[in-house]
Amino acid sequence: MAAPESLRRRSRLLPVVPSVLLLALFLLGPVLWSFYASFTNAALSGKAALNPQWIGLDNYARMLTDSVFPLSAWLTVVFVAVSAILGQNALGLVIALLMTRSGGATASLVGTAVVSSWVLPEIVAAFAAYAYFSQDGTLNQLLGMLGVRGANWLYAFPMGAVILANVWRGTAFSMLVYRAALSQVPRDISEAALMDGARGWQRLAFITLPIIRGSIATNLMLITLQTLAVFTLIWVMTAGGPSNASTTLPVLAYQEAFKLGDIGYGTAIASVLILLGMVFGAVYVRLLRGAKS
Amino acid sequence: MRRPVRFGVALLGVVALLASAACSANQPQANDKKTIKIVYQKTDSFTALDKVFQDAKQEFEAANAGVSVDLEPIQANDDDYGTKLALAQRSPDTAPDVFYEDTFKVRSDVDAGYLLKLDALLATWDGWSAFNESAKAAGRGDDGGIYAVPLGTDTRGIWYNKQVLQKAGIPVPWQPKTWDDILTAARKMKAADPSVVPFNMYAGQATGEGTVMQGFYELLYGTASSLYSDSEKKWVVGSQGFTDSLQFLKTLYDEKLAVAPADALDPNVWKKVFGEWLPQGKMGATVEGSYAPSFWQKGGAYEWAGYAQDMGVARFPTQFGQDPGGVSMSGGWTLAVDAKTKNPDLAFKFLTTALSKKNALAFDVNDSQIAVRTDVASDPGYQAANPFVKDVSSLVGVTHYRPATADYPKISLAVQAATEAVITGKESPVEAAAEYDASVKKLVGDAKVVQK
Repeated sequence: MAAPESLRRRSRLLPVVPSVLLLALFLLGPVLWSFYASFTNAALSGKAALNPQWIGLDNYARMLTDSVFPLSAWLTVVFVAVSAILGQNALGLVIALLMTRSGGATASLVGTAVVSSWVLPEIVAAFAAYAYFSQDGTLNQLLGMLGVRGANWLYAFPMGAVILANVWRGTAFSMLVYRAALSQVPRDISEAALMDGARGWQRLAFITLPIIRGSIATNLMLITLQTLAVFTLIWVMTAGGPSNASTTLPVLAYQEAFKLGDIGYGTAIASVLILLGMVFGAVYVRLLRGAKS
Repeated sequence: MRRPVRFGVALLGVVALLASAACSANQPQANDKKTIKIVYQKTDSFTALDKVFQDAKQEFEAANAGVSVDLEPIQANDDDYGTKLALAQRSPDTAPDVFYEDTFKVRSDVDAGYLLKLDALLATWDGWSAFNESAKAAGRGDDGGIYAVPLGTDTRGIWYNKQVLQKAGIPVPWQPKTWDDILTAARKMKAADPSVVPFNMYAGQATGEGTVMQGFYELLYGTASSLYSDSEKKWVVGSQGFTDSLQFLKTLYDEKLAVAPADALDPNVWKKVFGEWLPQGKMGATVEGSYAPSFWQKGGAYEWAGYAQDMGVARFPTQFGQDPGGVSMSGGWTLAVDAKTKNPDLAFKFLTTALSKKNALAFDVNDSQIAVRTDVASDPGYQAANPFVKDVSSLVGVTHYRPATADYPKISLAVQAATEAVITGKESPVEAAAEYDASVKKLVGDAKVVQK
């Protein structure tokens, strides 16, 4: 009886085999290659392009003395913390909460407005954000109508601009996750709390949030990983400038690998980025486990 | 259970489709037809080369039955073009047979094994003797062999709008003798009309090589210092000339004689220089290449009928007017054959077709290049191409070439970073120069730098 049972279970995995193979080929393969290349001096041109040498940890040691890398790592953390964990996450939750209370027409109108930025391809969203913040852009024209002369936002506040752009673009995802999660909160529990005299914020903090804790952790994990990898948005808006003031790790890795042709150092930065993502991932997985038990 | 099955079926479909696509891609190789692949750059404002290759393709296919030429233009700026080309060259499956190559990348790409040594093939081509000697050197590798054949070269000078200068009471033709002459004239223009940008020089990382080729090097090579010591084969650090050059940029930008720093850091600023500010008389002068008329002439990206009357060219002066009294920088592009090509003879034959006198003349005229073939240079059609051919060709006498070693692209970026730090006010010229020295030492190692 046991043998057919395990056969059945294994045959259930059969349909996913092609996707696992494709993932291994196109995702795991490049990741492993990039990890390997980070220990070499592989380059786009010059002698190292012909015969890359194994140089051990030199690329990683170089990060410690590089003046841009620490700044870039810090900007990445700020970008993730402010635009994803604070911005998208909190704003998405607030919008979702407000939508559960508002009427159907308002809710669907707000929902459409928020989601419309999310359905745009990243490059289109990036150009839209550029057109909004640039010197002669929408924002400054609106300010001009009010008689205020706006700053050159992309130059004076590059991080602020890309963070706002990422919040604008990504909030829809958190909002959708939280709308789904909030609809699962049993009404009778909040009603019971209401009867016990709990105020609105108390019901939110002690009833709703603990119930949707699993969704919060999942959402945080997904938006963190997404935001860590944001490249197009920043590249189009500021290209990492001025003077590296908005160079996050993906931008730095691109510059080193493709603009300077130093594939080895670029892949080392990419490897650090992957490690950073894994650390965040591990933290959230622990949170998820805690939520389930 | 149904969903995964359907998903699996869909995936199988995708795999089957990919497999069939791969099969059909293999088919042309089955019969005897040979294909050579040409990779080059094409942009909205740079179509001259595309035209030359279209013509060369027709000529070549007519003369060589059974060979087809596959033109693969890459739509990108210079930096991205170089990156895409290098990525394609890494694998024999994607490498082109003939490609368009920047002179300053030749040596480094020879080291990388991308370029085929052409000496034996050049010996069989009578057109090679028509190239002038200094141009032949543009494609020379460190071992003395020739790896690339130049299409044309360029020089750089000051392009000024005569009307803006005259309004400020500066007599034209204008020829500043020292750096101070430039500042004096720029201040006059600013005083006469505060809304004009009197004298622009590119700076910052956004304009890439433009920052150094049409900006910083005109300054640095006009001081007693240089970027690289050719005799010692070492990079120069700690030079007074480097700090002085940064100081000049700082003065230009601080006194608002150049564009606003925010504009300078826009990678598309050159489009405004050519397309708006100079034609509309909102800019007095800028340092730009001999190819400038290619933008304004008929069919150019920013057609401007009056450019021949309104614009003038001047030599960029040395710091204190010392000999030789001017500075220019030269670069230019070449055609090369990939070392991995399966048909080196055919590839080289196509290269010679594209660089024949007729095609080289068409390219040099349409792209406002300085001719490298002596028979093109003496052609009346070339000399009449635009009113500035004589002026910009004379700059060859005071021109310099970049030290095109494999380290150069990184050094160039360090220079660009130094200019950016200075014009944004982040660092003083002395601080930025010190940081440049430190980065150079880190990039090439203490053994390859020399203190001057």
